[in-house]
Amino acid sequence: MSMNRRGVLAAGAAMTMGGLPAARAQGSQTIRIGVMNDMSGPYRDAAGPGSVALTQQAVQDFGSRGFAVEVLQADHQNKPDLGASIARQWFDQGVDVVADLPTSSVALAVNQIAREKNKVHLNSGAATSDLTGPQCSPNTVHWTYDTYMLAKSTGAAIVKSGGTSWFFITADYAFGHALERDTGNFVRAQGGSVVGGARYPFPATTDFSAFLLQAQASGAKVLGLASASTDTVNAIKGAREFGLQRRMKIAALLMGLPDVKSLGLESGQGLLLTEPFYWDLNDRTRALTQRVQAKNQNRPPAMEPAGCYGMVLHYLKAVADMGVAAAKASGAEAVARMKAMPTDDDAFGPGSIRADGRKIHPSYLFQVKTPAESRGPWDLYTLGATTAAEEAFRPLAEGGCPLVRS
Amino acid sequence: MDEIFGIPAPLLFGQLLLGLINGAFYAMLSLGLAVIFGLLNIVNMAHGAQFMMGAFAAWMLLAWGGIGYWWALLLAPIIVGITGVILEKLFISRLYKLDHLYGLLLTFGLALIIEGVFRNEFGSSGLPYRIPPELSGAWDLGFMFMPVYRGWVVVAALVLCITTWLLIEKTRLGAYLRAATENAALVQAFGVNVPRMVTLTYGAGVALAAVGGVLAAPIYSVNPQMGSNLIIVVFAVVVIGGMGSILGSILTGFALGIVEGLTKVFWPEASATVIFVIMAIVLLARPAGLFGRK
Repeated sequence: MSMNRRGVLAAGAAMTMGGLPAARAQGSQTIRIGVMNDMSGPYRDAAGPGSVALTQQAVQDFGSRGFAVEVLQADHQNKPDLGASIARQWFDQGVDVVADLPTSSVALAVNQIAREKNKVHLNSGAATSDLTGPQCSPNTVHWTYDTYMLAKSTGAAIVKSGGTSWFFITADYAFGHALERDTGNFVRAQGGSVVGGARYPFPATTDFSAFLLQAQASGAKVLGLASASTDTVNAIKGAREFGLQRRMKIAALLMGLPDVKSLGLESGQGLLLTEPFYWDLNDRTRALTQRVQAKNQNRPPAMEPAGCYGMVLHYLKAVADMGVAAAKASGAEAVARMKAMPTDDDAFGPGSIRADGRKIHPSYLFQVKTPAESRGPWDLYTLGATTAAEEAFRPLAEGGCPLVRS
Repeated sequence: MDEIFGIPAPLLFGQLLLGLINGAFYAMLSLGLAVIFGLLNIVNMAHGAQFMMGAFAAWMLLAWGGIGYWWALLLAPIIVGITGVILEKLFISRLYKLDHLYGLLLTFGLALIIEGVFRNEFGSSGLPYRIPPELSGAWDLGFMFMPVYRGWVVVAALVLCITTWLLIEKTRLGAYLRAATENAALVQAFGVNVPRMVTLTYGAGVALAAVGGVLAAPIYSVNPQMGSNLIIVVFAVVVIGGMGSILGSILTGFALGIVEGLTKVFWPEASATVIFVIMAIVLLARPAGLFGRK
């Protein structure tokens, strides 16, 4: 194997995080799950150590059924080339599943490798709906959410309440483009229009005021933020400061619990956002939160880690059903078995996985509470509308996934 | 409506103003870098981390001590400046006789460690910090809605830059400092404690970064990586202005803020690149930078 400098770096990253030599020494009756995500950058709080904690919780809740499960972790630093190197190395060294994979550009890169090596790609953290569209793969399950789901729930709710003309501020990479495209389609389908947009360099942008001013000058009624994490927080802070909310609604198309916490209820109150999981949704989500709290730095899980819990638990059930040897031999077979079995877990309740790899469950439109309404440090959302599982995601026939026979 | 290059004039004025505001941050940060490089010959890669520490210090003072923005503006730079003094005493002072590269590597390593520690402690998504009530609200300028706080940032940055420049160029203390850079042994022979002066200069440069951090806390997310995006641009500013030239870095900071702001209007995708394109052109034409001496 030729080693370039990047390969050495990736190897170093994988080794330090995962302890592969130990993994290699154990028997073949071990399922190895590599959680790969952003441990050191902007997406760390959404899908970093939390995803590892929830994966371990899934392994623990699954219990012992005649095979061992080992959880590894690595930091892809949001770099597609680094993510691809780590994935290759993991797969070559006996890792069966790569899980989580936030950052759409990295997810799309690893998606190819999992298919080529016939391993399993369980995705919770990435947003792009292309993973179950043109780029769909028999080795991939996309579990938690996607740009279509966000666009449909948040986008449609805002158009319905009168927000008919949109200006987008978009992160200039795969994720932002997909979110802008999917939301734009919804807005137009509902009779609205997209009057303009600006694409900002990711991740090198700190100040959004120049884009906010363009949005204001466009005369649009809605500011659509096709961005994530710190960028969204900075853009909303700026929008409040420059008085955009006097004439415009803000649609934070991807916003999660850690972002709302970071923004603070003072700046965040009233925002609409969509998630398929909230820790305080029902008795089962509260029970899961209770179980995992101590492992998860005493924070309730965000949706990405919750997705890791659900998908890893379901994968392990499929492995138990088909046998470890068969599951290790073919990632595509393991994913096929996952699709054949109905899902059920504390985070998402009952659900199923479609032929294109899309896991379906209801999506929830939440409104961020005012400081007066909030009764605890993590009591942040009020539940608005619920979209049923069958309605929440892009219809199977419309995704352009080659796996779907029409 | 009047248009300039196909952009409505009011929008263009607004963008120029915003460029000036962002330029204020560049100027403040590159000022600290220029002071440290000009007088110590250290390329301080930890500057972004120290900017971030300033913002966190403001947050800690408020969250843990109930101390508000105005006191934080004074206390946070002192606290962060003291950490700078400790770093200088422990590590950096050992490198003055070596090549620049060692200082660069050391401070870069320190920056990574500092950011890592903060990320471990506070997570990556950031902490909320409110705009002080005295500076909240906005003025309606007709062509744009101007937040009071952003105006304050420009004023504060200008005052800080001019004061620092005067201190170094026009006072006796500044003369000692400049003399010590030229010939440390001779200045020491006149009874000036040069090592202590150098230590305090580093502390002061770091404190300048921290002031920038406190000023940034209410408008940007206070998170461990907030300085790392900025620092690369700020280095480009210092290089374009001329390494070590204080006036050069101030003027270049404001000017590049405006250039970047206008790029965000005409070609937003290129706004992160434009500064480096300018840097390349300047280096080809004037290798010492716009205001640098050979």
